[in-house]
Amino acid sequence: MSRLEELKTRIKEALPGLECVIGWQKGYDLLHHTPLFMRSEADVDKLEWSPLNVHNPAVYLPPFRGKKVGVVVKGCDSRSVVELLQEKLVNRDEIVIFGLPCDGVVDLSKVKAKLATAGVTAGQVEAVSHNDKTIVVTAGGKAVSMQMTDVAADKCLRCQFPNAVLADAYVGDPIAPSAPSPAADADLTALDAMSVPERMAFWRYHMDRCIRCYACRNACPMCVCRDHCIAQSREPHWLSQDDTVTEKLMFQVVHAMHLAGRCTECGECQRACPMDIPVLALKKHLNRTIHDLFNYQAGVDPAAIPPLLQFKVEEDNIKERGW
Amino acid sequence: MPVLTGKELRIVGFLCNWCSYGGADTAGVGRFNQPTDLRIIRVPCSGRIDPLFIVKTLLNGADGVLVSGCHPRDCHYAEGNFYARRRLEVLKRFLPILGIDPGRFDYTWVSASEGQRWQKVVTVFTEQIHALGPAPRHATVAPELLAKVAGVLSQGGNRVAA
Repeated sequence: MSRLEELKTRIKEALPGLECVIGWQKGYDLLHHTPLFMRSEADVDKLEWSPLNVHNPAVYLPPFRGKKVGVVVKGCDSRSVVELLQEKLVNRDEIVIFGLPCDGVVDLSKVKAKLATAGVTAGQVEAVSHNDKTIVVTAGGKAVSMQMTDVAADKCLRCQFPNAVLADAYVGDPIAPSAPSPAADADLTALDAMSVPERMAFWRYHMDRCIRCYACRNACPMCVCRDHCIAQSREPHWLSQDDTVTEKLMFQVVHAMHLAGRCTECGECQRACPMDIPVLALKKHLNRTIHDLFNYQAGVDPAAIPPLLQFKVEEDNIKERGW
Repeated sequence: MPVLTGKELRIVGFLCNWCSYGGADTAGVGRFNQPTDLRIIRVPCSGRIDPLFIVKTLLNGADGVLVSGCHPRDCHYAEGNFYARRRLEVLKRFLPILGIDPGRFDYTWVSASEGQRWQKVVTVFTEQIHALGPAPRHATVAPELLAKVAGVLSQGGNRVAA
């Protein structure tokens, strides 16, 4: 029995006691999977497990609060679930976690770029097949083979949590984390190498094409304010309706600061961005800062308190400046 | 045109009601000479200061931001400044990645009796901001800088295939 079949069996066993189980299914074309909400056994048969399961299903958990739901997670998704538990945004006894070892997911931006290089467009995809190392996309009558290492999401290239951190049902054997590849942090390395005015120019260049669709916020499992987001409130009026780089960047700062010490770097903000803006770099930088200051990583220990929600009277790494 | 145009910069200070605002008052009552670039906003506690206040201020026209609260262990609300210290330190390290010089923001602790210290803090901070000059704006980024950073990150396929 394959892992997927075993998973389906486990879900079917658990389904009677649950409102639904969240997973992934085939989407509007073969390249795009979409989230699946399994409410019946027939739904469970639609479940997919492949490198195209890019979405983080943890984002759907807080709205289900008060009802018992199941969720299928990759390692990175499980960290988001743990962070939600840490902040008591979901209750442990209302969540059933199904974990699988994950070999990494693709970055569809990279896949589309590969297809474009091969002279076909992503809209014509006829078949997709994959194994551990390669993924073959047939589009416009042409089979394009890609190495997983070339098209994997950046987060997968340095993944330290391929197995669910927390799971009620774990299908398959845990696998070892991969050695981090330098390519995974190319954005941060590039920003580090710039001078401060160059960084201002960098954000001016990239934020200029932001269309303020807020997809980054909506895809983020930690953005739990939903209808009360300060980006859209008129009182207080944090952001104006001006179409300027300053306003657009300010929103990214709001998002990043609200995630300080909470972000699990699932990369959903950047994946969801229709304009390919490297917004994850801000959160990566903050996570690095939080790690340096407080030696803390979000979404690993369900009992841990996020660092900005606590303090030490004598801080280890914060030195007061003399005047 | 005001006499001081061109000589003064816009510096915004967020001061807690119980210590630093009192310290600034003590400095005033003691008639200590101070630079006049600083505009003070009084807040209940340094713990009330959302780091986003500071970013918003810096992105929207201020040349510098100074935050001052009660000394650690002296907070009127017992622990507000402990939380503030963590947030402000994270913010200070976050600003450079946005393209804002970290020298444009500083935080410190001044008690209500420390008029002399307040005078020193304001003087040093104002000199620091004057050394940096007026803050650059997104609207006026040099075209050659833009051209330089444009190719730094390869763009993904979302736009290629659109």
